[in-house]
Amino acid sequence: MTNEGKQEVIYRHSGAVRVTHWVNVVALLVLLMSGLQIFNAHPALYFGSKSNFDDPVMAMRPMKYGEEVVGVTTIAGWNIDTTNLFGLAYSPDGDYEIRGFPWSVTLPGHRDLSTGRRWHFFFAWLFVINGLVYLLYSLASGHLRRDLAPSGGELKHIGPSIREHLRLKFPQGEEAKRYNVLQKLAYLIVVLVLLPLMLLTGLAMSPGMDAGYPFLLEIFGGRQSARTIHFIAASGIVLFVVVHLVMVLISGAWNNLRSMITGRYVIKLPEGQP
Amino acid sequence: MNTKPRLDRRGFLARGLAAASSTLLGGCDYELSEQPWVKRILDKAEILTKASQRTLVSPRALAREYSETDISKDFKANGSTDIDDDEFRALAANGFADWKLKVRGLVGQPLELSLTELRAMPSRTQITRHDCVEGWSCIGKWTGVPLKALLDKAELKPEARQIVFYCADDLGETGDDDGKYYESIGLIDAFHPQTILAYEMNGAPLPIPHGAPLRLRVERQLGYKMAKYVMRIEAVDGVAGIRGGHGGFWEDRGYEWYAGI
Repeated sequence: MTNEGKQEVIYRHSGAVRVTHWVNVVALLVLLMSGLQIFNAHPALYFGSKSNFDDPVMAMRPMKYGEEVVGVTTIAGWNIDTTNLFGLAYSPDGDYEIRGFPWSVTLPGHRDLSTGRRWHFFFAWLFVINGLVYLLYSLASGHLRRDLAPSGGELKHIGPSIREHLRLKFPQGEEAKRYNVLQKLAYLIVVLVLLPLMLLTGLAMSPGMDAGYPFLLEIFGGRQSARTIHFIAASGIVLFVVVHLVMVLISGAWNNLRSMITGRYVIKLPEGQP
Repeated sequence: MNTKPRLDRRGFLARGLAAASSTLLGGCDYELSEQPWVKRILDKAEILTKASQRTLVSPRALAREYSETDISKDFKANGSTDIDDDEFRALAANGFADWKLKVRGLVGQPLELSLTELRAMPSRTQITRHDCVEGWSCIGKWTGVPLKALLDKAELKPEARQIVFYCADDLGETGDDDGKYYESIGLIDAFHPQTILAYEMNGAPLPIPHGAPLRLRVERQLGYKMAKYVMRIEAVDGVAGIRGGHGGFWEDRGYEWYAGI
C-alpha cells in the first residue's frame, strides 16, 4: 500500500463469511457448468407441467433455411440466428454439430449427461450444506441484521445512491466501513431469493420430491415451469456475478480480494480527518 | 544451487486460478471427470440423495395424477422405439398373443402369464407425468397390473431385495445380452401402489414405440427406470452379479440407480 493520505485497516469479513463465500464460488461455478451440460441434453424450456414440444418458451436448435443449416435460438416466438454460438456449430471442415451451449462452458467439456449429473448433484449438496452454515451463522451472529438489512433511512436515500454508483463514485472513510444500500439489496436478493429459488426449483424437478411435497409443483406452476425458472434464476445469478466482479475490480480489486481472503480491508480517510 | 523462483502470494494466486480454470474450463476437465477417484467421490452424492428422499418422502406417497385434458398429444418415445429381430417381429405380428411374461428367481411360484391372463388380474389406471432424464416431461394414461399383485401371486420370498426386469430391446446394439435393456428396483418401489406393468397407454394397447407388449411404470423416478418391452422378471437378493453390476442398462453406463431426481 502507498503512504499517501491517511488510512485505517479494518477487519471486514468474518472467517465464516470468507470460507462460505469461497466454497460457494466453487460450488456455483461447477453447478452452472454441469447445469449447462444437463440443459444441453434437451436444450428447450417450457411452461406448465409438460413439454409442448411445438411451443417452447425458449429453444436452441438447428433449422434449415434453403440449403443452409443454421443454429437458431427461439425466445417467446422470435427466431434469432445463433449459428456457432447456440443450437448448432460448424467445425472447420464444414461438418456441423447440434448442441445447445458450446462445450467450452459445460462440465464435462463434451456431451456426457450422466457425468454432468454426478457433478451437479454432488456440488448441489455442497451448496446446500454451505448455504445452511452461512444462513445459520448470519442469523446467530447478527451478520444478516447488522450488515445486510437496510435501514428505513437507507431505503429512502436509494435514489442518490444509484446516481453515485452510476458515476462510479464509491463511499470513502466512515461510510466505506459498511455496505451501501444497493450492495445490501443485491446481496439480500441473491442470498434470500435467487439461491433458495435455485434449490426449490431444482427439487421441484425431482419426481421423488414431487410425490412427497406436491406444493413444489403448485408454487411454480408445474415441473416444466420449475425447470424454466431454474434456468432464469441461474441467469440472474450469472448477471449478479458479472456486476459483482466489475464492482470488485473498479472499487479496489486487491483491497476487496484481500478482505475476502484475510478479512483485512483498508479504508482511506479523507483529508482533514483524524 | 537454488534456482527455484520465489512464489509470492500474488504469483501463487495467479497460478492457482490458472490451474483451476484450465482443469474446469475448455475441455481439459475431460481428464478430471474420467479420474476414478473423482468418479468415486462424485458418486457418493447418490447415497445422500437416496437416503434423504427415502427419509423425507413416505414410501406410500403418491406421484401426482393428472386429468384426461392434461394428456400429451405428442408423447415422446425415447430409447428403443422398435425391435428389429425376427422373434419379436413374429410376436408383434400376432398382437403378442403368443407372448408370455416370465416371473422367476426368488419366488415360491414361478409364473408364465399371457397378456390375456395379465388383463384378468387386478388393474390400476393412472394419468401421470413421465420425466425424462434429459429434462422433458410428457403426461400419459397407463393401465396395467400392480407389480405387487404379480409378486404376491408369485409368492415372493423374504430374501428377495430387488426386482430385475429383462427387456427385448438391444439398445446397446451389441447383438447379445450385454446390450439388452434391463432395469431393477428395490422393494419400496416394487410394492408402491402406482408401480404397475402397463399393457395399455391412453386407453389403447401399448404401442410398440412405448414398449409393447408390457412396460414398467415407476412414477416417482425418472423415465429410464421404466423398462419397456419387458420379457422376464426376476426376484434377486442383489444386482452385483448381473451384467455390468449396477442394476440397469443406463446404470452400467454411469447413471444413478436411484433416479428420484
